[in-house]
Amino acid sequence: MTLHDEKLKELEEKANAIRETIVEMLVEAGSGHTAGPLGMADIFTALYFHVLNHNPANPEWEERDRLILSNGHIVPVRYAAMAHAGYFPLEEVMTLRKFGSRLQGHPERERLPGLETTSGPLGSGLSQAAGYAYGARMDKKKFRVYCLMSDGEQDAGNTWEGALFAGKYKLENLTAVIDRNNIQIDGNTETIMPLEPLSDKYRAFGWHVLEINGNSIREFVDAVEEAKAIFEKPTLIVAYTIPGKGVKEIEGDYLWHGKPPSAEEGKKFLRELRTLGGKIQSEHE
Amino acid sequence: MIYHNSRLRADVFEKPEMVPTRDGFGKGLVEAAEKDERIVALCADLTESTRMHWFAEKFPERFIEIGVAEQNLATVAAGLANYGKIPFIASYATFSPGRNNEQIRTTIAINNVPVKIVGSHAGVSVGPDGATHQALEDIALMRVMPNMIVLSPCDAEEARKATIAAAAWNDPVYIRLAREKTPVMTTSETPFKIGKAEVFWESDDPQAALFATGPLLYNALAAAKELEEDGIGTIVLNSPTIKPLDEQAIVAAAKRTGAVVSVEEHQIAGGFGSAVAELLAQECPTPQEFIGVRDSFGQSGNPQELIAHYGMDVLHIREAVRKAISRKSA
Repeated sequence: MTLHDEKLKELEEKANAIRETIVEMLVEAGSGHTAGPLGMADIFTALYFHVLNHNPANPEWEERDRLILSNGHIVPVRYAAMAHAGYFPLEEVMTLRKFGSRLQGHPERERLPGLETTSGPLGSGLSQAAGYAYGARMDKKKFRVYCLMSDGEQDAGNTWEGALFAGKYKLENLTAVIDRNNIQIDGNTETIMPLEPLSDKYRAFGWHVLEINGNSIREFVDAVEEAKAIFEKPTLIVAYTIPGKGVKEIEGDYLWHGKPPSAEEGKKFLRELRTLGGKIQSEHE
Repeated sequence: MIYHNSRLRADVFEKPEMVPTRDGFGKGLVEAAEKDERIVALCADLTESTRMHWFAEKFPERFIEIGVAEQNLATVAAGLANYGKIPFIASYATFSPGRNNEQIRTTIAINNVPVKIVGSHAGVSVGPDGATHQALEDIALMRVMPNMIVLSPCDAEEARKATIAAAAWNDPVYIRLAREKTPVMTTSETPFKIGKAEVFWESDDPQAALFATGPLLYNALAAAKELEEDGIGTIVLNSPTIKPLDEQAIVAAAKRTGAVVSVEEHQIAGGFGSAVAELLAQECPTPQEFIGVRDSFGQSGNPQELIAHYGMDVLHIREAVRKAISRKSA
């Protein structure tokens, strides 16, 4: 399932469209997180448009791969990817964070089919994904379980309890991804609470660990394929991403972790995204 | 006298059999698991102490050891439930639902998945282990949680029934258990249904109603018997379900008697008595006395002396009934 060039180009364009949607929905919502969703747009695109075995028309399909989003605050990227994949109409993304919306500020399982779980409070996703994977293995199910985490939530004890558990029970049907963008709300992760050597820590807990450029769809797809070939161990993909990826002036700036663009900034960001960083002439002006 | 429909054991006041409620849970879990293979059990390094070991011995492939990690206990179970299993998670109540309260809130209650949380060693009757291991806040923590059912069985037999009922219930459920051996009052014939309170004692001319939950029900019955001998009639209502409260039964008993006493081995603040008071304040304001722990932690000691020290013995219950009656307006 390695990507041929044409498919890769198609996915990269899709990722760009998803970034545009993220900026539009955050401007409309007036609150929410910007950097994480933009940084993870490539991985979400790869998941929803290439990796996951899923059915947008039947989100509860029993054999679907499970995608657990542990760091619920980046859910705008998930909503955007789901809308583009056909889970719900694209217009609905503009209801993000509004009263009565299915698109809650942090994801709630019972509100929108396809979310798998409720998250936001950090550190609890890996254990839930491990629970899914354990149950699936008991029943000899073939689907895979993916868990996306932030690096900030590696501060949380619950994360490491989950890592111990998955290592002990050799959950080979579980693939976790850490969005290694080095930022959290109060600053850089290595200032707040140093995590390195992060990969070695997971290896010591019994995991197979891969490090990739998380803004490369090709590298992510290859890593996921490798994980499928690893037995007797869960796999962790440490995905180095650039927070705010796609909008030069905010890339890497931790101050963009937890705020949305203003209407004015949104216009500027969209101009940049729609010209693919100046590579093509904008047709939206 | 003992209410005929309660089908209590005949020897309840003579020489009752003494069994801890955690034993009833352990038996009930095996019974429920025999009928439903979706049931799995997870424990945080307290398997024998919570009586989950009977399940683990019988269904080793459905038992999951988590280690001393209560947050993981709750969240792995949430994942299992989300997948389609019916997980029971067991630990001491101070740790689960104490230490892992937020995980229960987000991944079990908001998610609304059928995880059954079993908190053993509730109350000061845990004894020598002291305050750190005596859960006095768990009812409050769990009854403020939307989607959560809260059960507090009065004896081992009721704990067995509560466990079987919880397994068949499609929502998250909390079951509160005790360490100490306590009298077995009920029989297999005694009615039990989630959401229902049952009259266990009814004097001819009741002047007060006792609402009790958990093993302290025995003290409430003993107090009722002594009060009746003194010419003071009461009703004793067993309330194994704290949430949802059996509003109809509680309001009816309050209206009939005009004075009530709540009995629980828990902080008075936020506990079962508070739930009763919230209800009666709206439906039928009634003088109420509270038996429970008054804003303090427990300590080491033997169970009987601790129950007496914290004002939950038969003597204190009798006094509370007299006081409640004396507060009725003329």
